[in-house]
Amino acid sequence: MPLTTNAKPQPATLYDKIWQQHVVDMHASGGSIIYIDQHFIHDVTSPQAFDMLSARGLPVFSPGSTLAVPDHNVPTTARELPIKDALSKQQIDVLKSNARANNITLFDLDDVRNGIVHVVGPEQGITQPGMTIVCGDSHTSTHGAFGALAFGIGTSEVAHTLATQTLVLHKSKNMKVTVNGTLPDHLSAKDIALAIIGKIGAGGGTGYVIEYCGETISALSMEGRMTLCNMSIEAGARAGMIAPDNKTFAYLKGRPSAPDAKKWDAALAYWGYFKSDCEAVFDKEITLDASEIVAMATWGTSPEQVIPVTGRVPNPYDFDDIVKKDAALKALEYMGLKAGQKLSDATLDRVFIGSCTNARIEDMRAAAKVLKGRKISSTIVQALAVPGSGLVKKQAEDEGLDVIFTDAGFEWREPGCSMCLGMNPDRVGPEERCASTSNRNFEGRQGPGARTHLLSPALAAAAAVAGHLIDVKELGE
Amino acid sequence: MEPFKNVSSIATPFQQANVDTDLIVPSRYLKTIKTTGIGEGLLYTLRFHEDGSPIKSSVFHQPLYANSAILLTGPNFGCGSSREHAVWALREAGYKVLIGTSFADIFASNCYKNGILTVTLPEDLVNELMCAAVAGLEMAVNLEKQEITTDEGRVISFDIPLARKDYLLQGLDEISLTLQSVDNIKAYQEERLQHLPWQSFD
Repeated sequence: MPLTTNAKPQPATLYDKIWQQHVVDMHASGGSIIYIDQHFIHDVTSPQAFDMLSARGLPVFSPGSTLAVPDHNVPTTARELPIKDALSKQQIDVLKSNARANNITLFDLDDVRNGIVHVVGPEQGITQPGMTIVCGDSHTSTHGAFGALAFGIGTSEVAHTLATQTLVLHKSKNMKVTVNGTLPDHLSAKDIALAIIGKIGAGGGTGYVIEYCGETISALSMEGRMTLCNMSIEAGARAGMIAPDNKTFAYLKGRPSAPDAKKWDAALAYWGYFKSDCEAVFDKEITLDASEIVAMATWGTSPEQVIPVTGRVPNPYDFDDIVKKDAALKALEYMGLKAGQKLSDATLDRVFIGSCTNARIEDMRAAAKVLKGRKISSTIVQALAVPGSGLVKKQAEDEGLDVIFTDAGFEWREPGCSMCLGMNPDRVGPEERCASTSNRNFEGRQGPGARTHLLSPALAAAAAVAGHLIDVKELGE
Repeated sequence: MEPFKNVSSIATPFQQANVDTDLIVPSRYLKTIKTTGIGEGLLYTLRFHEDGSPIKSSVFHQPLYANSAILLTGPNFGCGSSREHAVWALREAGYKVLIGTSFADIFASNCYKNGILTVTLPEDLVNELMCAAVAGLEMAVNLEKQEITTDEGRVISFDIPLARKDYLLQGLDEISLTLQSVDNIKAYQEERLQHLPWQSFD
């Protein structure tokens, strides 16, 4: 079992190294049995998995490796009130009873540590370099920001992880995305993520694990790195990762589940191993110049349908690829946009600042910076600010950000997945247009008929003020 | 899992790029603790108007494809959310084989766990099958031979790892197979936690 960190004879990527360290055995179906260090479960994709265990008469293999966090169905209004939606309540209740029955730790709704599971894990120091982390949620890729191999799984795999603390996997290919240069001042990791997806497409990363490298990535905060890794799945990559560095270690130090002082040096020595060797070979390499990236927003119904926020909606007939042309035609109809119109011409109804992509303290600060001393447009029906966890909410309130949001006309809510996918009452109405810091502009994602424009927290705040999409730079005093 | 059986059926042509799992099953159909009863939500917005009346022009309402067990898909099918409900809904609607140029990783894995075969073919071959499906021709999918045969007698072979093929054909249970290695897993976990004591459970 390769638990030591001796140099490998073959140059290896970060992904290769984590993979090699976690191979337990070969599986009869031809895959590798990969040990899973940490399993997060939530209210939507785990109930059926526990049934699959019961049907086989199996216990949870390693309850201590599992953390349950209700987030998808959670109301973002007063927590103490009963949940009105009976089906939402049922999913949360079932998560609670499954956790209780199987000795799994649960961060319940009245726990300040509750929040979106992909915000909670890193915040608690549970997410660490070199780990394998899974959750029945595709945005598990977020945790790759710490140099972990983290990816989303279906419910059958949730059951497999609960029953065996392993998964049967076939190794993915390695892709390296290098971003060098200085990112212009008002831009963020979200703009980088959207630029990458625009470049390689929503299926460009299919079959790959992406490693993000380069000086621009190093310069990103841990929050920014999480945003970037979070969006890897929108490029089709099951996982995205960034080699841990001093910023990673500084973020982890002192967090509840991080190694304590006595074990810190040993942990640090171990974590240092997790970086791609200089000579490591990637199956595919992409390079971007950060200084050329501009403020981005999506115009269509796939994250790859993205342009500069100051740009014009493309003409579907300009696409050479017939499938892309058809997709663009459909998207324009759904989005209520016309080819060639300025993206900024469309009037917004709602603004959502939140989700596992952009609901961390840095995101709240970036939005608040734009909103300070300003009011949202009278044409905006609703502007929601939903912090990613109880602890993010508390910190934001300690910094006075909640007052900036509410003074501007935003509603300051309790944490949860909220309007990203509208499983709780936070939804965008049919044909309503929403500027959203979330991750998916799919048809119906934020509610049936909802029209979503993905963008960064700063751009979402600017859009709320202007009542339409706009570059922060163009926002008047 | 039920063993995979060969399929002979007309195929439903559904050539749309980046069909995401939110489109396959909208999130309001995820509010269940069961794996059944989700079929109603399958591709709901492509099948029904907002008022619940059927979209008559939808390919999924054409009598020709009513008993189709094969779905022909566009590129990057099943992208987005990891929700296995998308696969459960397709299964409930009777689909046993999906054929396309590419499938999203998590979605393809979910299909496999539920005994649904995903066949990846080059674009020209998928287009050829699309044409056959539009023309109303049946096709037969034989997993043992790794062949798709159209009514016109055209034979298209496809790749699948041998172990995966056996797994589907025998309808094996992945968890039971993995638990054959339970001693190794326990030993691995013990040694790992010994080496990395900060990861041990309090």
